Amino acid sequence: MAQSFPEDVLEHVFSFLNHDRDRNAVSLVCKSWYDIERLSRRRIFIGNCYAVSPEIVIRRFPDVRAVELKGKPHFADFNLVPEGWGGYVYPWVVSMAGAYPWLEEIKLKRMVVTDENLELISKSFKNFTVLVLLSCEGFTTDGLAYIAANCRNLRELDLGESEVEDLSGHWLSHFPDNCTSLVSLNISCLGSEVSFSALERLVARCPNLKTLRLNRAVPLEKLPNLLCRAPQLVELGTGAYSAEIQSDIFSNLSEAFLGCKQLKGLSGFWDVVPAYLPAMYSVCSQITSLNLSYATAQNPDLVQFVSQCGNLQRLWVLDYIEDVGLEALAAACKDLQELRVFPSDPYDAEGNVTLTEQGLVAVSEGCPKLQSVLYFCRQMSNAALVAIARNRPNMIRFRLCIIEPRAPDYLTLEPLDAGFGAIVENCKELLRLSMSGLLTDRVFEYIGTHAKKLEMLSIAFAGDSDLGLHHVLSGCESLRKLEIRDCPFGDKALLANATKLETMRSLWMSSCSVSFGACKLLGQKMPRLNVEVINERGPPDSGPEDCPVEKLYVYRTIAGPRVDMPGFVWTMDERVSSRFSRATEGHGD
Amino acid sequence: MRSIMGDYEETELRLGLPGAGGGGNEGETSRNSSGKRGFLETVDLNLNLNNSSDGNQVEDMKQKNPIPASTDSAKPPNKAQVVGWPPVRSFRKNVLSVQKNTTATDDNKSGGSSMAFVKVCVDGAPYLRKVDLKMYQSYQQLYDALSKMFSSFTIGNCGSQGLKDFMNESKLIDLLNGSDCVPTYEDKDGDWMLVGDVPWEMFVDSCKRIRIMKGSEAIGLAPRTVERCKNRG
Repeated sequence: MAQSFPEDVLEHVFSFLNHDRDRNAVSLVCKSWYDIERLSRRRIFIGNCYAVSPEIVIRRFPDVRAVELKGKPHFADFNLVPEGWGGYVYPWVVSMAGAYPWLEEIKLKRMVVTDENLELISKSFKNFTVLVLLSCEGFTTDGLAYIAANCRNLRELDLGESEVEDLSGHWLSHFPDNCTSLVSLNISCLGSEVSFSALERLVARCPNLKTLRLNRAVPLEKLPNLLCRAPQLVELGTGAYSAEIQSDIFSNLSEAFLGCKQLKGLSGFWDVVPAYLPAMYSVCSQITSLNLSYATAQNPDLVQFVSQCGNLQRLWVLDYIEDVGLEALAAACKDLQELRVFPSDPYDAEGNVTLTEQGLVAVSEGCPKLQSVLYFCRQMSNAALVAIARNRPNMIRFRLCIIEPRAPDYLTLEPLDAGFGAIVENCKELLRLSMSGLLTDRVFEYIGTHAKKLEMLSIAFAGDSDLGLHHVLSGCESLRKLEIRDCPFGDKALLANATKLETMRSLWMSSCSVSFGACKLLGQKMPRLNVEVINERGPPDSGPEDCPVEKLYVYRTIAGPRVDMPGFVWTMDERVSSRFSRATEGHGD
Repeated sequence: MRSIMGDYEETELRLGLPGAGGGGNEGETSRNSSGKRGFLETVDLNLNLNNSSDGNQVEDMKQKNPIPASTDSAKPPNKAQVVGWPPVRSFRKNVLSVQKNTTATDDNKSGGSSMAFVKVCVDGAPYLRKVDLKMYQSYQQLYDALSKMFSSFTIGNCGSQGLKDFMNESKLIDLLNGSDCVPTYEDKDGDWMLVGDVPWEMFVDSCKRIRIMKGSEAIGLAPRTVERCKNRG
């Protein structure tokens, strides 16, 4: 028997391990390390809420203080996942209410949360401090009132970009007068007006407030009142950035910003009146993160403002910035790491701005630290992509959306295979890739050959045959999430690479050519995958077996098929046929 | 008593092929309902699907698959209306479209925006759905889409024909008196109205949510009914 350290020594050593990957590795060493680790794990991250059940989690980790859960697949952001699909936090909250009385943090992404869930959270956890709801839905401002009223030590309330039914702004007034613990408050997604005096008093009595993201209803004239009471702010999201042009409003604003010596991040800027942008000039050189993606300001005001921010590391902006603005950015912001350019008019085929591939090439040339890109544009060329790849081999996230599906290289009219091929070949650390434009199976061959670190891949309107999908599934060793829409990928590649799917978190395929028969076969052969068929037009067995399913979502799980599916979702497993007769009888329970 | 490795098996998601690696469990019979699949089984799966060698398997894959028809239930949409493309999040789309309209006109909030999602509630169905009214150009298209969406539920005569009959004024009274369904909607003022009275564009601008009621309930759209409707929403 090998000598071992006493348990409390091991526990102390493990306390320095915070990353899941390290803790998971440690728990594999031996039985006693597994036990010590599981009893001391305080934070858990579950990337797919259906991959495991609350009971299993609680049994293994009895003393958790922070939980992070993700629900719906990413394509839910673009309305590809029908309403009612799932992602309910309810069973988790109910189980944790009993098992984790000392729970402090809950972070949810793309989950359905109800007011009852929020009430239960607010009443079950005495030390509750952090609630983050990103892209969630299903709750109203009444639910927020419970959180405000009952969570005595609340430090962080972040509503992300959730869809909240806004009944009134009154919920904010439920924060008791003795609540002084807030560090971060993000209500930017809410529509209705909160009581400004309640907000002002709340801000004034929370000396540790570092992040404040207001909603659009907070008027610009009142912003100085808040800034003066919170000069320690590090991140500010303004409300509507518009007011009548009055010199006293401007001077109040300037003076207030002058006092914000710690400010590093700015966002908000709805309804921008450009004349008020210079009021922030005093803080521009401190700013490292700037989100102007709701700001409808145009050049020259826009580029003038951005150029003031010489220390910018992250910029989110609309395509109003245009190529000329991006060239100025490349010259002024040498620390830039992340750039996101969103379309001001996504549905206009022509576009009314001069934003082309040139802007992105310029930034890739001028900004040596650029590693993360999300770019919407209307034309692209292989030459530009090759240039970007050669300029920035340190790229780790590259998401390009050419607005027109299947758009070729606008110079040569060829597919963009060579361009994206250059990206994966040169950028050896690439973790995430989203592609668009005209793409053949050849690009997938490049990806399978070179993209060995790639973890997430998004494909739309691309490829010619199953070979494309086969290249990706057989070649991308680190692949965790694959999402595909409107591609001619069918059964063969999927079934030939069935075991690969157990090494990934999930696969999404919609409007492809995967047949119902293949889904059944996959589900029956792979018991540790949930193979979910989503067919809104009717049960998949109402047509022949080779009929393609509308949408397919496959994910690994140790919790078995889920029990909360709506009538248009079927899990393929051994009991598939009996499941069908139950479903057609009117799935009402 | 299960060994700790058995429990461990249950909770740990492996990152390798089934049967490869792990704590020497090849010999154990599976105690879980989701048994571990051995590697041979995996190979079987591959071979069952394609009896030829690897090279031929790859050749087979080169065959082009038919691209399925548009998944939208309305008429073939124009390019601007392909669902979820370009991939801009709803949240962002909503904010941008409202901003553009407020720069154009002061009060008109929804006119000219590119989408109008409303909740649809059908009596008897266990869950609500959402539709984008901008996807359709007429009441007929909307009824067709809704019928398809809710066709898996037995809700009396609420099939496509039932809703189409609704457009025929002379049948209106019969429908309201019978057990057929009646489409109603909540407008901007919070009132519950009968679908079909106003021009389509006006309906799209003012509709906040839709409820398809059983005809017997909809008679007179009594205040009680309206209250129940609101509470259920």
